[in-house]
Amino acid sequence: MFDPITEIGNWFEGVLANLGLSPGSVTIILAVLGVLIVVSFVLIIDIVLVWLERKVVARFQDRLGPNRVGPFGLIQPIADIVKLLIKEDTTPFGADRIIYNLAPILALATVLLIWSVIPFAPTLVGSEINVGILFIVAVGAIGTLAILMAGWASNNKYALLGAFRTVAQVISYEVPMLIALLVPVLLARTMSVQGIVKEQEIWYVFLAPVSALILFLTGIAEIGRTPFDLLEAESEIVAGFHIEYSGMKFGLFYAGELLHALTIGALFSTLFLGGWRGPFVEQVPILGVVYLFFKAFLVYFVIMWIRYSLPRIRIDHMLNLNWKFLTPLALVVLIATAVMDKILINASTRGYAIGMLIVNIVIILLTLVILHTYADTKRERVGELRPTANPDAAISSRDKTPDVSTLV
Amino acid sequence: MIPISWYLIFAAALFCIGLFGVLARRNAIAILMGIELMLNAVNVNLIAFWRYATPEKINGQVFAVIVFAVAAAEVAVGLAIFISVYRRRGTVSTDEIDLLKW
Amino acid sequence: MTFIQLFFIFIAAATLGAALLVVTTRNLIHAALWLIVSLFGVAVFYVILNAGFLAMVQVVIYIGAIAILMIFAIMLTRKVSKVPKPAFNSNWIWALLIAVVMFGSMTWILNMWPQFEAIPTAIAPSIDPLRLLGVALVSPEAYVLPFELASLLLLAALVGAIVVAWESR
Repeated sequence: MFDPITEIGNWFEGVLANLGLSPGSVTIILAVLGVLIVVSFVLIIDIVLVWLERKVVARFQDRLGPNRVGPFGLIQPIADIVKLLIKEDTTPFGADRIIYNLAPILALATVLLIWSVIPFAPTLVGSEINVGILFIVAVGAIGTLAILMAGWASNNKYALLGAFRTVAQVISYEVPMLIALLVPVLLARTMSVQGIVKEQEIWYVFLAPVSALILFLTGIAEIGRTPFDLLEAESEIVAGFHIEYSGMKFGLFYAGELLHALTIGALFSTLFLGGWRGPFVEQVPILGVVYLFFKAFLVYFVIMWIRYSLPRIRIDHMLNLNWKFLTPLALVVLIATAVMDKILINASTRGYAIGMLIVNIVIILLTLVILHTYADTKRERVGELRPTANPDAAISSRDKTPDVSTLV
Repeated sequence: MIPISWYLIFAAALFCIGLFGVLARRNAIAILMGIELMLNAVNVNLIAFWRYATPEKINGQVFAVIVFAVAAAEVAVGLAIFISVYRRRGTVSTDEIDLLKW
Repeated sequence: MTFIQLFFIFIAAATLGAALLVVTTRNLIHAALWLIVSLFGVAVFYVILNAGFLAMVQVVIYIGAIAILMIFAIMLTRKVSKVPKPAFNSNWIWALLIAVVMFGSMTWILNMWPQFEAIPTAIAPSIDPLRLLGVALVSPEAYVLPFELASLLLLAALVGAIVVAWESR
């Protein structure tokens, strides 16, 4: 088996042990080194994402995008970083200094923390904890706190308003996301993310397409992308909770947002598209990294596609969509999956997959029928004639003298 | 190895700090924060006893999970009451909400 | 002093320090943020005590929901006044006395317990606390009744909070 990273890790561990260090310190040094490598890798990909975002949006809008700085504009992100670094580092008047400076750091840190539980290859995972899914939800919860801190510490009522709306959206959409995350846990019988990937003989997007769709939608809402981007709607609340941030602090927010989109892509492909699975990955584990990032970038491209094609949803429509549609749907899918799991407990893998797929298709058809009926009712109510003002009746009644004989 | 006494003393200290917060603060929401500290101290106590006395039975952790649920419910209702009081009285300081005082 | 003992002392000091700042700060938003630090310290303790699931639940529920709820409530009930109000009410000396006496007496009583210096025994690797917890919460011989009652309590709290905080016009 050709597995370079594990070989290098073992060799380095041997070197450190020969230097006379205790096994505890060797583990700590290896862990710190692992953290540095993963964080550097992910942040370099983040720089590539800046370029990719601008090129793709340009092509969607029928123009070229950055192409002057380097071949195909590849040096453009470096130019952006230099520009952000040389900007003045301001703090607004009356702002809470420590919280103001801590918020962008926390926002980027919580996105990086998610990468510690995503498995890159069969033998390569940051930390294999047996409650990985709950860890991801917990880290997302800390991310909302960072946004609230940013909005509060800016001493600006638009920032505060933007922060309130953002937190309302993010914590509302955490509920169906959590329920949709439970379906792969149910199918794989484990909460550890590496365990879920190892159990995916058949990709879970075929076993639970409705949950995949719900995770996709709520993921887009969590990261604040169009169509859910009223958090930074320029026309409404002037850039939302990061109005008062400029320079590298804004750069941290921006980079964090792009990285969060790729992280949702990686999470979706790990839980539903098989993660590092692909041809020849048992013999050459390093190919797992290639497959994972290929799938993650595919999902990221779909997220960008949706972003540059759809307009923004209004906030009351968005909350209605969450509480009246996505949460009941997610609950129904979870109950149906649990019941079918008990019924099909002795079936073969192929039979299990077909059974689950049929249940999901039934749920999709039922949902479409219900939505159709609801839309028809609404259409009828809008289409019926309302009592309108009739100008002829008003003119003809003006000439009449009032009839007071009945009043006596 | 950490003897259980360290955990118990830590939990007792956290409980007493929370107790001081409940008894000495003026703002009602600060009192609620003191109550949260006390509930967390109780939870640490429960989990420490579970780990050191009966790690093969799960009763300690179940007790702690129920305490989590009760704490969440109590905070929600408490904050709703405070917001309602703020709308009527215009304040949440406990020494200004004294209509029933003798 | 092994590494784990030093780590324990560091985390305990951080948590207790943050708790002290919670009950003494005048600015309520700062108090809420220090509360988050101490709740996170308690989550680290759960990890050391081999209760990893409870550590995650602590972060999700306490920090992700309860602390954010408190910050919202603080922002909604602020009164911008010219005169800065003191943090403590008039009974704070008695409160300090009661807290110190209580801590002293709890430590003294626990000291008389013979197993006060017990050391943790290793958990057999065949026992999976997560699986045991899941089975215990839904099996009829174990704790399904308290579990269902707790969910009923949460439903009642949800409806009650909405009704109490409803703006009736």
